[in-house]
Amino acid sequence: MSEPHDGLEGAVALVTGASRGVGRATVAWLRARGARVVASDLRPEVRELAEPDAVACLVGDVADEETAVRSVALAGERFGRLDILVNNAGRTVNKPLTETTVRDWDGLMGVNARGAFLHAREAFRAMRARGEGGAIVNVGSYTCTVALPEGSAYSASKGALAQLTKVIALEGGPHGIRANVVAPGVVETDLLDDIRDDSRAYLRSFAGAHPLGRVAQPAEIAEVIGFLASPRSSFMTGAVVAADGGFTAA
Amino acid sequence: MTRLDGKVALITGATGGIGTATADLFAEEGARLVLTDRDGAALEELATRLASSGADVLPVRLDVSSAEDWSAAVEAVRERFGVLHVLVTLAGVVDWPGIEGTTEEGWDRVIAVNQKGTWLAMRAVMPLLRASGNGSVVTTSSVLGLVGSGAAAAYQASKGAVRLLTKTAAVEYATQGVRVNSVHPGVVATPMIQEILDEQGDQQPDIVRTPMRRAALPHEIAPAYLFLASDESSYVTGSELVVDGGLTAH
Repeated sequence: MSEPHDGLEGAVALVTGASRGVGRATVAWLRARGARVVASDLRPEVRELAEPDAVACLVGDVADEETAVRSVALAGERFGRLDILVNNAGRTVNKPLTETTVRDWDGLMGVNARGAFLHAREAFRAMRARGEGGAIVNVGSYTCTVALPEGSAYSASKGALAQLTKVIALEGGPHGIRANVVAPGVVETDLLDDIRDDSRAYLRSFAGAHPLGRVAQPAEIAEVIGFLASPRSSFMTGAVVAADGGFTAA
Repeated sequence: MTRLDGKVALITGATGGIGTATADLFAEEGARLVLTDRDGAALEELATRLASSGADVLPVRLDVSSAEDWSAAVEAVRERFGVLHVLVTLAGVVDWPGIEGTTEEGWDRVIAVNQKGTWLAMRAVMPLLRASGNGSVVTTSSVLGLVGSGAAAAYQASKGAVRLLTKTAAVEYATQGVRVNSVHPGVVATPMIQEILDEQGDQQPDIVRTPMRRAALPHEIAPAYLFLASDESSYVTGSELVVDGGLTAH
């Protein structure tokens, strides 16, 4: 279902956390519109996404500076440019404040905040140097704007991401570099598969907390990311876009 | 070009800058249109132009602040299409004075059109939207529904009201098959404010404060309405889409 209207034919995007969930759905959305993608993930399974001349894969930890540098360089080497960055890689820790360890905090802030910062910095440098603008889409959470108990590190990291996004928007404006953040509610992904056996049922148990009465599917969040990545949102920058089934409206 | 295929959409304030751009875009994307405006002559002209390019258009002259006009309009929609999927409220008026300069007459007019008019529109069409099983309401707030400007007292009050009217409607209708979201434009080069932009040019204070250093064109705002009207935003409700070139990221 290629839709030239989106103006993404031939565009080049870097998507982190691309191997599954929202990241994978975002890669599929971009590919359906003719964009080329650098797909990065900590999990080697990301290599399944490789397509000659269309999807280049990279395995690395987004919290490492080197991963950000390598990823942006790979976009240049393989596709000659970088138009879009989707900072999607994220982790979560659900613990009371008093149980949260330094390791929990640093690990989570490393991925959710430092990783986004490093990739945004490298992408910004490349976009500015090329002089044709760009779009940075950060994947936040409803905890960009509201707080939840037992999520001190997570909520803090997503709050940081929202503010980071706004600063990128302010600095990027004169260069035509837009930055926005998507704030989903609970999405039925495999984010928790590694830490809970009943992760899908657990995620679906949050349906009632969303006025729509259900949790989101990854493809529904990819649509919002895609909108913010495309020229359709050419005057949007610094915005926090809730895609949370009404969670933060109530 | 089929994002709204099979849908019937009603747009108020259709002959304004953003209204016309939105009507054009919705027609391109396959929607059948109910276009309303207070200016009957301009409305006929717009409807004739769209119809000549193949769109199915029902023009209805309407004052959004009149409950009687809404009853008649809904009757006309039932008769012509029998169904309605989308409501876009774009009718709006502005009054620039601050607290002490605002007259009762000025206040009442702005509140009647922007605030009461949005509620009357929702009240009138909700039965049709619910019956469609897949309805979407997109209201028009503003960056002046989010932050203070030190002027336009009535306008700011009305746009703040639209923001929360939207959120409570989102919660009320979330499980009844109708999503409700608001768009918050920043500085847009519409006829409504073109005079001011012409006078002050790049030095217009809001342009200076906009990180992208320019006003939006109406066709950069219309895609926000399209996204929220279409099924692409299926998990987005009670959300606000800020399209302001970074103005409120400060």
